[in-house]
Amino acid sequence: MGLLDRLRRLSQDVASLRGPIPDDDIGGRTQALVVRGNEFGYDEFGLSRESFKSAAKVARWLYRSYFRASAFGIEHIPPTGRVIFVSNHSGQLPFDGLVIASAAFLEPAQPRLVRSMLEYFVPTVPFASYLFARWGQITGTPENCRRLLSAEEAVLVFPEGARGISKPFSQRYQLAEFGTGFMRLALEMGAPVIPVAVIGAEEQAPAVNIKPLARLLRTPSFPIVPYPPFFPLVPLPVKYRVYFGEPMSFTGDADDDDDVLDDKVKVVRNRIQSMIHLGLREREHVFW
Amino acid sequence: MTRKVVITGISGRLGRIVARRLHHDLDWQIVGLDRRPMQGRPKDIELHQVDLRSKKARDVFRAGDVDALIHLGVMHDPRARPAELYSWNITGTTKILEYCQAYNVPKVVLVSSANVYGPRPDNPQFLTEDAPLLAAQRFPQMRDLVEIDHLVSTFLWRAQGVETVILRPVHIVGPVHNAPSNYLRIERPPILLGFDPMVQLIHVQDVAECIALALQPGRRGIYNLVGPGEVPLSTVLKELGREPVAIPHPFAKPILGIAFRLGLSSFPVAELDFIRYVCMVDGRRATAELGFRPQFGLRDTIHAVDELA
Repeated sequence: MGLLDRLRRLSQDVASLRGPIPDDDIGGRTQALVVRGNEFGYDEFGLSRESFKSAAKVARWLYRSYFRASAFGIEHIPPTGRVIFVSNHSGQLPFDGLVIASAAFLEPAQPRLVRSMLEYFVPTVPFASYLFARWGQITGTPENCRRLLSAEEAVLVFPEGARGISKPFSQRYQLAEFGTGFMRLALEMGAPVIPVAVIGAEEQAPAVNIKPLARLLRTPSFPIVPYPPFFPLVPLPVKYRVYFGEPMSFTGDADDDDDVLDDKVKVVRNRIQSMIHLGLREREHVFW
Repeated sequence: MTRKVVITGISGRLGRIVARRLHHDLDWQIVGLDRRPMQGRPKDIELHQVDLRSKKARDVFRAGDVDALIHLGVMHDPRARPAELYSWNITGTTKILEYCQAYNVPKVVLVSSANVYGPRPDNPQFLTEDAPLLAAQRFPQMRDLVEIDHLVSTFLWRAQGVETVILRPVHIVGPVHNAPSNYLRIERPPILLGFDPMVQLIHVQDVAECIALALQPGRRGIYNLVGPGEVPLSTVLKELGREPVAIPHPFAKPILGIAFRLGLSSFPVAELDFIRYVCMVDGRRATAELGFRPQFGLRDTIHAVDELA
């Protein structure tokens, strides 16, 4: 048996293992999205249905075929209304955001557009600056978040921020410190928080962070991985599992001291940590 | 009884459009202050060709019968000497506010610009009126505009007897000569490779309309003015049939700097950030409090740049 035959057999085995891929109607789902576009097809943040549709096709391939993602707790995603998704963040490259957004777009009966909050440096990077905007992603300022929530949209926040995504492999599945910004917005806007746990992203790029180089290059981190090209450009084909938890509602003063807010933030953090533990127990293997 | 309004910078295209609107449709008595002659001036529009800093400018107010001032006389000429510009803009504005207070002018309207906030990568998509005016941090050329806005804001709080209105319109387009309109008229305009910010445009007639609204008694405060919506820069250029030339941003500054110095381009290098980052504003306050709604749609507003005869 030649090498090609072996490879074909292997791919068939993998295919039978994961079951048939659902035939997602990307066109229909994109049409079903609520987009407040103007006569040129752009919404106020620069989202266009056309660009979103092409990006959704690539995202679907990554979600269904490359990462073979499984989503749990889809019933917790409300079909309409303001909501803040709060998730753990890991894996050097923000594919966890892509997987969460794809799950919310592909899995529920009513697809939802998830707007993730991008770091402030993204608008300075050529192409990323406007492509992310065309796909509905926004610069992560509190004002932007507020505006979207009052328009009853869904926002995705990674309260660990850069601390989370660039943490080394040795600290996998240990949550870094949470910022309190999302809790202030949830209280102020009366938006429910949906805790999200992502399993798999930690292993997509098992990296160590070279801190002196990061300082030298003035980047948030400088991760290297133990295989060519030694820089995490392409994620490993890990299997993603995404858990959406029950919506959590909070009441209180959005202008309270950080100490008061911290208690509420800890409730969310603990929920996500326990969802991660559950997910890790249910997982059979990193790659399938 | 007809009311009397003094318009500085009346000979510019915006000034002429505002004067026509107030004179023809709303029956104001118009007095213009400008160093330049005014083309096509109707006989009943008074024009004083004086410097705002001079004593003759004060004489216009001395009779105490002026009901309003519209201050458009801000000079932006990128080729003028910075020191002269600064003195003209800052001293001129200080003086004219002094006259308004001394001779009991009950209404002052400044047409500033939404550019005073400055295009920045960390800008929220829509800046509100209380956002800091950071434009001068990156472009010294914007310093005058920011400082005039600050001067008039201070005047707004200090001179309680005067109803002061500051309008901060987004890029004004139409039959006018200003940086955004001139840029959009270039057949092959430079753009930055990999950047395509959302932009807001407003038709010059809509600005004139809003100035008329601001003149009504009881209106006071700072207002962003937004046109019919926001679109990517590339969409505007495509709609106008332009063929943009994409330049990688590290090279854009030196290339345009040389072109500007040789007189090949009138596009100041400092303004490159306006085609790189967002500088958009939230216009809801003007809608709620002034009752302002743009009359021109997106397409008409974009095509207005070609109206220049």
